Amino acid sequence: MTVSLDIDNIAAHYGSTQVLKDLSLSVKAGELVSLLGSSGCGKTTTLRLVAGFLTPTSGTIRLGDRDLTRLPAHQRDIGLVFQNYALFPHLSVLDNVAFGLKQRKIEPAERTRRAKAMLDRVGLSDFADRLPGALSGGQKQRVALARALVIEPPLLMFDEPLSNLDAKLRVDMRVEIRKLQRANGTTSLYVTHDQEEAFSISDRVAIMNAGRIMQLDAPEVLYQRPANAFVARFVGFENLIPMTVKARDGAKVSAEAPGGAVLTLSEAEFGPIPDRFVLATRADGLSVQHEGAGIPVELGLRTYLGRAYQYETRSSAGSLIANGSLAEPFTTGDRAVLVPKPEQCCILKPEA
Amino acid sequence: MTDRIHPLLAVFAGLVFIFLVGPLVIMIGASLSDTNFLTFPPRGLTLHWFTHIFEVTAFKTTAITSLQLAFAGTFLSLLFGIPAAYALNRFRVELPSWLSTVYVLPILIPEIVFGFSLMKSVTIDSGFPVGLTLLIGHALLVLPYSVRVVSASLAAFDFSIEEAAISLGSPPLKTFFTIVLPNIRAGVIAAFILAFITSINDVSVSLFLTGPGISTLPIQILAYMEQFFDPTMAAVSVLLMLLTVGVMAIVEATLGLTFLTK
Repeated sequence: MTVSLDIDNIAAHYGSTQVLKDLSLSVKAGELVSLLGSSGCGKTTTLRLVAGFLTPTSGTIRLGDRDLTRLPAHQRDIGLVFQNYALFPHLSVLDNVAFGLKQRKIEPAERTRRAKAMLDRVGLSDFADRLPGALSGGQKQRVALARALVIEPPLLMFDEPLSNLDAKLRVDMRVEIRKLQRANGTTSLYVTHDQEEAFSISDRVAIMNAGRIMQLDAPEVLYQRPANAFVARFVGFENLIPMTVKARDGAKVSAEAPGGAVLTLSEAEFGPIPDRFVLATRADGLSVQHEGAGIPVELGLRTYLGRAYQYETRSSAGSLIANGSLAEPFTTGDRAVLVPKPEQCCILKPEA
Repeated sequence: MTDRIHPLLAVFAGLVFIFLVGPLVIMIGASLSDTNFLTFPPRGLTLHWFTHIFEVTAFKTTAITSLQLAFAGTFLSLLFGIPAAYALNRFRVELPSWLSTVYVLPILIPEIVFGFSLMKSVTIDSGFPVGLTLLIGHALLVLPYSVRVVSASLAAFDFSIEEAAISLGSPPLKTFFTIVLPNIRAGVIAAFILAFITSINDVSVSLFLTGPGISTLPIQILAYMEQFFDPTMAAVSVLLMLLTVGVMAIVEATLGLTFLTK
C-alpha cells in the first residue's frame, strides 16, 4: 500500500517567530523527496510537523486519506530515522527492531521472526543480541533503518541520517537507503543540508530558504535550470549578472550589464528575455576570449582545475569567475572578454 | 611529567584522610568505653552501650519514625522531583532559566530559616498535624537532590530516543516508563540514596517540626545528650554509620559506586 503525503499551506511558529510560511508540498506515492537547505531554513520543522512533534498554526497534513494534522504522534504510523540514530540504549539490537511490532501487539514469535528477517536485510543478523553501545555508527544507523522499516510504515522520514557518519560510509549508506526505499516503494521524506546527498538519492528535491520552498524539482532540473537567483547560487552558479534590455531587434536583444558592458543575446538561444533579468551561469558557462562580443574583464588569479583553468576576473559589472581552455592560457593582468554560452546560462527574474 | 607524587600532595592527602576518618575512629572507640561518660581513648572495652540503645524505647520509636519519614519523604520528593526534572530538561528552551533554581532553594536557604518558615506557615498558620508537617518538611528538604541528580541524568539523555519510541507507536506516558525511566535509572537510585541519607541525618528542619509525641532519631540523640553524656550516643552514631556503610556496600555490589560521580 503506497500513499501520497500532502502538506497543504502549513504555517508554524516558535513563540512569536514564524518559521514556516504557508508551505505546501506533495510527495507522490512511492516517491523520495528531499528537503534541502541550510540550518534554520525550516526543513527539520517541516519533518517534525509531519511526525507530530510540532503542531502547525494553520494548514493541513494528509497521508493518503488520513488527516494527520491533529493526530497524536504515536498514532501516525510513520517510520523515522534520526541523525543520532536514537536507538534504545537499554534494549538489544533485536528488541530495538522489534519495538514497533510490540506496540502493534504482534505476538512474540512473529515479532522475533520479522525483526530477524529485517536485521538480515540490513546485514546485521550476527548482532541481534548486542546492545547498541557495542555497534559502530554505520551499524547503528542500519539498526535504526531496520527499526523504521520493519513496521512497514506508509511513510518513511529521514532527519539528516548520514551526518554523523564518515564520508565513505555516507556514500555507501545513502545507496543502501535508496535501494531499500525503492524495493519497498515507501513514500519518503528526507531532510538534509548536503546537496550531493539530496541530489543523488531523490526523485525530487525541495530547496528551502527562510521557511519557504524556493524550488521543487528533479535534481537534474535544479542543477541545470534553477528557477531563481537563490537556487542558482545554491546549486553553484558563481556568476549572477543583473541586466537591463536596451534594444530589441526581432529575436536579438541588446542588454546592458552594470558598468555599461552590452551583450547581444538571441531569444532563439536563451529563451524569452524580459526587460530586466539576471544572467546566471557557472564558471564553465563563460568562455574566456581575446576579443569578441562579451564582457570586458581584467584577469586575476588563475587556478588549475585539471580540465580547465579557472580565472578570477574583475569587470565593470563586478567580480566574475570563468573557466578558460587549457590550450590557450592567459596570465594574471591580461585583458579578455567573457562570452556567455547560451546552453549553460539561465535567464532569471531580477531579485527583489 | 613524572609519575612520582609530590611530597606536599602526599601530606595533604594524608591530612584529608585523617580528618575524614579520625572522628569515626574516635566515635567507635568512645562507644566501646567502659565508662559512663564519653571519652577517648576508651577505658576498658564493653558492648554495654550498644545493648543499652535497645533498652531506651525512645530510640526505637524515633528510629522507626526516622526510617518511615526518610522512605516516605524520599518517595514523595521523587514523585514530584522526577516529573519536574523531566520538564526542566525536555522543555529547557521554552522554560525560563531561573525556574530550575527554584527547585534547589531548600538547600540554598539556611536550614534553620527553612525549618522555621515551615513551622510558621504549615504547622501554626495552616494547622496541619505535626506528623504531616514533618513529612512535608522532609520531602521539601530532599527535593533538590531528586531534581538535581535526576536532572543530571536527563541532561545526558537524548530525547530523540523518546521521539523514536513515540513514532513507533508507543504513547507518551508509556514511553516515559519503558524508555526514559530505564535510561535514567542510575540517576534515580543516586537521588534516592542522597535524599534518604539527607532525611535520616537531618536535625535543623526536624528541630522545628517535631512536636509532642513525635520525634526523629537525630533529635532524640540530641535530647538524650542533654540529659545523659554517656557513650550511648557514640554507639547510636556507630550504628547509623554502619547502616550507611551497608547501603553503600549494597549499591557497590549491585551498581558500582562510580554512578554517584557520573
